[in-house]
Amino acid sequence: MAENAHAPLHTPLGLLAELTHRCPLGCPYCSNPLTLDPRERELDTASWARVFGEAAALGVLQVHLSGGEPAARRDLVALTTAAHAAGLYTNLITSAVGVTPQILDQLAAAGLDHVQISIQDSEPESADRIAGYAGAFTRKRALAAEVTRLKIPLTINVVVHRANIERIAEMVELALSLGASRVEIAHVQYYGWALQNRARLMPSAAQVARAAETVEALRRRHHGEIVIDAVVPDYYARLPKPCVGGWGRRSLNVTPAGKVLPCHAAESIPGLEFWSVREHSLAEIWKNSPAFNAFRGSSWMQEPCRGCARRDVDFGGCRCQAFALTGDARATDPVCHLAPAHNEVAALAAIQEDAPYAYRRM
Amino acid sequence: MSEAAPAIASDARPRLPRGVRLLHSEAQGGWVLLAPERVFKADAIAAEIVKRCTGEATLAAIVDDLAKSFNAPRERVLADVTAMLRGLADKKLLEL
Ligand code: SF4
Ligand code: SF4
Repeated sequence: MAENAHAPLHTPLGLLAELTHRCPLGCPYCSNPLTLDPRERELDTASWARVFGEAAALGVLQVHLSGGEPAARRDLVALTTAAHAAGLYTNLITSAVGVTPQILDQLAAAGLDHVQISIQDSEPESADRIAGYAGAFTRKRALAAEVTRLKIPLTINVVVHRANIERIAEMVELALSLGASRVEIAHVQYYGWALQNRARLMPSAAQVARAAETVEALRRRHHGEIVIDAVVPDYYARLPKPCVGGWGRRSLNVTPAGKVLPCHAAESIPGLEFWSVREHSLAEIWKNSPAFNAFRGSSWMQEPCRGCARRDVDFGGCRCQAFALTGDARATDPVCHLAPAHNEVAALAAIQEDAPYAYRRM
Repeated sequence: MSEAAPAIASDARPRLPRGVRLLHSEAQGGWVLLAPERVFKADAIAAEIVKRCTGEATLAAIVDDLAKSFNAPRERVLADVTAMLRGLADKKLLEL
């Protein structure tokens, strides 16, 4: 506490509720941790309902019902009802597998505000190979049609990597034809399983440059028709992303077992003490949990961040990435061109290997 | 000022699409527009405009109402409202 006495306490906007780690798909770019929470450790319906109420009371406005595949939970409708009753804007982040038309109908009636469906590629065969699940692509198309039939706004999320980066335009066309009002072009972020598969997913510098041009051209072409949001490719950037809008500043992440994290990859940093909703209220955790206070404000920073004009803009980048690439979670995110370790990022990006994926499995 | 936004028909009935909500949040200290995976802070004036986008009131009626409520020249209100509604529509936050 004392060392962060000067860090102002902000009000969180978003809650990422990882309802379960179970997932029928096996995406090699999955950012879930390598050690997944088993079903027996998952929070029950009543606990989640309490967490949603506490989140709303804390000022949270949006809840992202995620996983794993949230539909692997039999009580997904009850959970959505509880989140809606708490006054939260409810967003379902799904792979589509397991969400039947009946469940979707019930979710719509329960007050679901928005659906995000991930697609792996615009080519069905490649999409299913990346997902590690035969027939996934067809199910995604079918669910998207149901979502738009019910007039629920739809975002299509596309995670971009070496195997699909040449088809960004086709994937945006697909999103349009599925009736999406928004598409997210997200370059892989190398955490969890993605870090494990980094050399197998990493695109080349030339591919990344072409992709950026493609996205710009698509934005001009489809202005006012579909919103195109892009997540930049970390390893080819000069400046780091303002990860989760700043540590302990805008969002919380609750794991299937109830641990509360400042970001979904935070458990990869050793030595952080996370608190659980089983023992503490969300408000207590937000304010006092050691993990949340570890990187709040700027007193923890080292040079070059400490004296940098951008430190309140990007907060020194991502703590998990700093740890993964330098072994020091307080270091400047090496993605930053001012970071001492910046050159090593380019060296890592140059390692590309066409080996079979290590699929994400429980 | 930047160039004027393309005009909107005076009988258009702007409304928030499903999945977009205007809300006053005590904890966040004001009005916010909730949208798919995004939250926009709305100042008091923006909130007054968006509140009137019910799908029933026409643009002309909204502008009349605002000009009267805020005792402001109609042409200026029309220009400001048009620019704001265009911006929201481009971001898929409003249907015209
Ligand atoms: S990224 Fe793929 S494997 Fe991971 S949770 Fe999402 S759908 Fe499942
Ligand atoms: S030195 Fe730190 S604060 Fe400055 S731009 Fe780089 S990461 Fe951001």
